[in-house]
Amino acid sequence: MELNELLIWARGPAFNIALAIFVFGMLLRLFEILSLGRKEDLSAARGSGVAGGLRTILSRSLPRQTLFSREPLRIINGYLLHIGLFVVIFLYRPHIELFERLFGVSWMGLPTGVVDAVTAVTILSLFVALLIRIYNPVLRFISTPGDYLIWLVTLLPLVSGYMAYNHLLLGYTLMLTLHILSVELLLIVAPFTKLTHMFSFVLARWYQGYLAGRRGVES
Amino acid sequence: MSKPSIEKGVNFIKGQIDAPVASFFSSCIHCGLCAEACLFYTETGDPKQTPINKVEPMRRVWEQEFTVLGKLKSMVGLGKPVDEKVFSEWETLVYDGCSLCGRCSLVCPVGNDISGMIRKIREGFSAAGHAPEGLISATQRAVEIGSPMGVKLPAVKAQIRHLQADTGLSVPLDQQGAEYMVLLSSMEIMNFPEYLEAIARIMKQAGKSWTISSTAFEATNSGIQIGVSDLAKVIVERVVDAAEALGVKTVISPECGHAYTAIRWDGPNLIGRPYKFEVKHILEVLDELTVAGLIQTEGMETAKLTYHDPCQIARKGGIVEAPRRLLNQVASNFIEMSEPGVMNWCCSGGGGVSANERADEIKLTAFRRKKSQLDELKVETLVTACANCRLTLEEGLEANGMDIPVVGLTEMVAEHLVEDGTQKESAS
Repeated sequence: MELNELLIWARGPAFNIALAIFVFGMLLRLFEILSLGRKEDLSAARGSGVAGGLRTILSRSLPRQTLFSREPLRIINGYLLHIGLFVVIFLYRPHIELFERLFGVSWMGLPTGVVDAVTAVTILSLFVALLIRIYNPVLRFISTPGDYLIWLVTLLPLVSGYMAYNHLLLGYTLMLTLHILSVELLLIVAPFTKLTHMFSFVLARWYQGYLAGRRGVES
Repeated sequence: MSKPSIEKGVNFIKGQIDAPVASFFSSCIHCGLCAEACLFYTETGDPKQTPINKVEPMRRVWEQEFTVLGKLKSMVGLGKPVDEKVFSEWETLVYDGCSLCGRCSLVCPVGNDISGMIRKIREGFSAAGHAPEGLISATQRAVEIGSPMGVKLPAVKAQIRHLQADTGLSVPLDQQGAEYMVLLSSMEIMNFPEYLEAIARIMKQAGKSWTISSTAFEATNSGIQIGVSDLAKVIVERVVDAAEALGVKTVISPECGHAYTAIRWDGPNLIGRPYKFEVKHILEVLDELTVAGLIQTEGMETAKLTYHDPCQIARKGGIVEAPRRLLNQVASNFIEMSEPGVMNWCCSGGGGVSANERADEIKLTAFRRKKSQLDELKVETLVTACANCRLTLEEGLEANGMDIPVVGLTEMVAEHLVEDGTQKESAS
């Protein structure tokens, strides 16, 4: 009975609070960035900044060949992680139902068995990412506690979701409750860590692409 | 430069932070891929040389000054300091370990312009009194004497006199209303006089009016390299004043990478207004003259040769196709290096590294990247379009016992120029 109450709390008030922190936190972070502004570029443009900005937002999703040949594992693993997260979050039918309740829009999902397999791959890719972070001398040197924190808060919802679906270790209700709570932790932490990159990367790519576009440089 | 202090340094860094910088720091998840694009990392294997680490002091200032969380952290004493120790520790990373080549910026998956931030953070380091001696004195000479290498007008005049006596070509000085005003880099005056001769011959053949200004012949802008915008502005203003007083249509930036960046892209922003003239790199001008049919070439270099893209011309300047069109016109055995064009590896001496004696050792280590690119090709000649690249390459080749002549593209084009009265039978 107590567990049910916890689940109801987690799905209701707790989720609303976490979502509000996520939304307002992210808006605050975007405001922190945009309010700084930037000076108008007075040099004569050779090409279009807008076209360059838009192009780079897309083109930077593909690695330069020179980089790929040096670091294939890190790059492929990065794709697995990000595509995996996208599939798990947005193409799992129970998640789509949640989005429909929240936003009133719905879309096609993937068979749950497929999402289950993708979840396993995504979890693996997170562990590979951790190993690279620990064993690569550059990554070990530049990594901060925040980097390990975002690794952990990204891992928890994946693992708890996977275990709930597959009825592993704990009872389904408890595992589902833990899954929801871990998502809420992720939502609360995200705006105050480098997880902000989920939105700010668009700005970063735009700004660099804009500069390059004005100069007529391929970026 | 007024009295430097750490406080001033931090304030200058703060003043450089804008929305793009904030978006970059917000987006970096420490993937470390920028290191793989940086020749100062790949050739040393030192994790400290990771590009994003070079702007760590700026990240700290950004976090503490411009984020709510960072302010809270500082309040409870968790903020990381940006003090004398930090400036001392990062000085060599910011200046000696970066040629502002911009390769890191092009590989960053989230799109961070890291080299742009290193350019910005240098403003703080020089304000804090943590800039390398070689760059400080070069900048002082540029402001006081008019050229970073201390070249004065009499030296330019002497070169002009020699050139006129040897070739009969004329080099107009301070000619009002000329179409082009030609800038030179110190190195071209001191080490590569071929450049001026090439210009004189090409302009004569194209029938274009051109001039050199006696008050603004120098293009090199070490204010940009050291990161002192006030001084960079003084150096740019000198060129702008001369060009506008002479009423020229176009200012031609010489075969020098940072000179081009300084006068073409940074200049209007430094002086706070657009120019009343155009700025073009000499390669753009040669390409235009060729396409318009005003100059023609004859004969072909048969030696196996390759082209080294200067970072500021290609990756940061967008001039990639023009040199290739020109080269293919005068060379029958031109082959590309691995990763040509925007992704080319730096010569290792850009961004003030070559003017900074303290960086000599790491520069030669970083040169190994260029060496291995050249070893793959086994070329007989190396062509480039930047006097600083050229000197750095010559030094690097010599230090490695490699006997490959380095040639400027402009003079190579001039050597094959069809000149009135001297036209040989067409090779085609």
